[in-house]
Amino acid sequence: MKTTNQRAWLLVSPVLFCVAFSAILPLMTVVNYSVQDIISPTQKVFVGMEWFQAVLRDPDLHSALSRQLLFSAAVLAIQIPLGIGVALLMPAEGWRASLTLVLLALPLLIPWNVVGTIWQIFGREDIGLLGHALTRFGIDYNYTANTADAWLTVLLMDVWHWTPLVALLCYAGLRAIPDVYYQAARIDGASRFAVFRFIELPKLRGVLMIAVLLRLMDSFMIYTEPFVLTGGGPGNATTFLSQYLTQKAVGQFDLGPAAAFSLVYFLIILALCFVLYNFMKQVDAKDMPQ
Amino acid sequence: MARIELVDLAHSYSPSPAAWSHAGVDASWALRPMSMAWNDGGAYALLGPSGCGKTTLLNIVSGLLTPTRGRVLLDGKDVTALPPQQRNIAQVFQFPVIYDTMTVYDNLAFPLRNRGWQGNATRRRVAEIAELLELQADLNRRASGLTADAKQKISLGRGLVRTDVAAVLFDEPLTVIDPRLKWLLRRKLKQIHQQLKLSLIYVTHDQVEALTFADTVVVMMQGAVVQSGTARQLFESPAHTFVGHFIGSPGMNFLPCTMTPDAAVVEGQRFSLTTDILRSARGADGAFKLGIRPEFIHCSVEETADSQRIVIRSVQSMGTHTMIAANLGPHSLWIKAEHDTQLRVGAGWMRVAPERTLLYANETRVA
Repeated sequence: MKTTNQRAWLLVSPVLFCVAFSAILPLMTVVNYSVQDIISPTQKVFVGMEWFQAVLRDPDLHSALSRQLLFSAAVLAIQIPLGIGVALLMPAEGWRASLTLVLLALPLLIPWNVVGTIWQIFGREDIGLLGHALTRFGIDYNYTANTADAWLTVLLMDVWHWTPLVALLCYAGLRAIPDVYYQAARIDGASRFAVFRFIELPKLRGVLMIAVLLRLMDSFMIYTEPFVLTGGGPGNATTFLSQYLTQKAVGQFDLGPAAAFSLVYFLIILALCFVLYNFMKQVDAKDMPQ
Repeated sequence: MARIELVDLAHSYSPSPAAWSHAGVDASWALRPMSMAWNDGGAYALLGPSGCGKTTLLNIVSGLLTPTRGRVLLDGKDVTALPPQQRNIAQVFQFPVIYDTMTVYDNLAFPLRNRGWQGNATRRRVAEIAELLELQADLNRRASGLTADAKQKISLGRGLVRTDVAAVLFDEPLTVIDPRLKWLLRRKLKQIHQQLKLSLIYVTHDQVEALTFADTVVVMMQGAVVQSGTARQLFESPAHTFVGHFIGSPGMNFLPCTMTPDAAVVEGQRFSLTTDILRSARGADGAFKLGIRPEFIHCSVEETADSQRIVIRSVQSMGTHTMIAANLGPHSLWIKAEHDTQLRVGAGWMRVAPERTLLYANETRVA
């Protein structure tokens, strides 16, 4: 008779317990809420897919989702090229390199709600440097009242906050390219642009993959900074998915729809990353030795 | 076609190198002052241990480095200040450099396109080079998917494809190549050398590679050229004890000796020398050493005229020859003997022809 050693379960069980307690159980709770109408702690009704249907038909959700997609696309379109550009301009060695690294890392070290507060004050027309200066130059700028201004400020804040991450990743990628590639390019008579296009960009592909994935996921889940800066306004102009969810769950205490929406939200992010990851892996596979 | 001349060339990687003095070896200089000329169409090898300055020298010739001092002349024209793309020199590096995202064809066409070539001319030239390197079958494949030796051929091809190239520099190009393919690629290089009549300069730390590849081998040590000559010259008359050690397997035997007017004496045993050496030795002073190649020593069990007594420590058959480890007094010796030797461990005699016995004073050859 074949005997199996069951002691391994003993070793795995603490981790299993922790993960269950911190991830699986809460997730199951959400699933539980999403299929019930909870009227009071003692009174609940099973409603099946009703909340899901309601949430998916909700026009507010649709507009929050399209705002979210637009925002994430803008974040990627600005931050990735800008991050590469900053990394290319950074000095390679010496005290200047250390100084730029520290300066660049600063926004990443600031707590997110502080970032929101900084920009909220920065943009105020009465005391904020940005707001006041713009108003003095005769530009009508008011992020609390004007939708375009609010969007611009939120985007600018996110670019300021997160481009350094992309730049640092790219900087590390650039430093990892052996000198000999640049030497060969010089002998081949390559222009600066050709060096970027045919050496640096291909060699950065790995870190760019990580940068795109991180920025996509993070921007898709953005909450704190716009919440502090604009509170989702004016109107619903800067209400992204997370904030919409919070309004539902905490503000209106619609636990059922909020739970259903959480799951939908979770699945959207999962699907996006899955598609992106597979796309990039496919591009990668083309370069593998046959 | 180009004749390469190096005039008073010296290089230091530190921005403020210590002042050069001929007496001491200064570590801040990667390359010590040297002058040298490489003829058009020759095959040269720069041979030396790691860190001896051979890659530095190569990079100065190709223009990747600007020398701290001295000039580089191509066909008499001073190119010291010119960047690599304006010199008609190509370089192949230790690790194959290919442009990952391009096909093999685009890789080969890249240097031409950068120089403004277009259309049919590019296609014809790339086809020519691909044929020479036997890369035709892979032209439309992505270069990144190929094996190391194919990649190294592409690197070489990017150098050869330019019609203005007069010299190709190789920086240990076979390091990452499978041993099985090394000799194939080396033969390809020789074939290209004969076909295109280019000057080839080949950096290596492998003496077999250098000696089989090049007409002239330049041996370097600690940033200085110690000897430049044919394989035979380096083998038969090393100018410096370092060359004697470095070339040959095993290297030259060196025996500290004292001089008398008509011979060298090692541990009380006389070694005859040629009259040339004896004459020159009178003017020289310093620590004397005899230099004898293991290949030139005859070993016997009985004493013959002009022979020296040795103690044989081990006799080992190597297939093609017999390797004998022996002692002359406290000094150990290697002897490469014929296969049918009757020698046993114990007492024995050695004999060297006077013209095969070289004398070194302060590590430098006398006469």
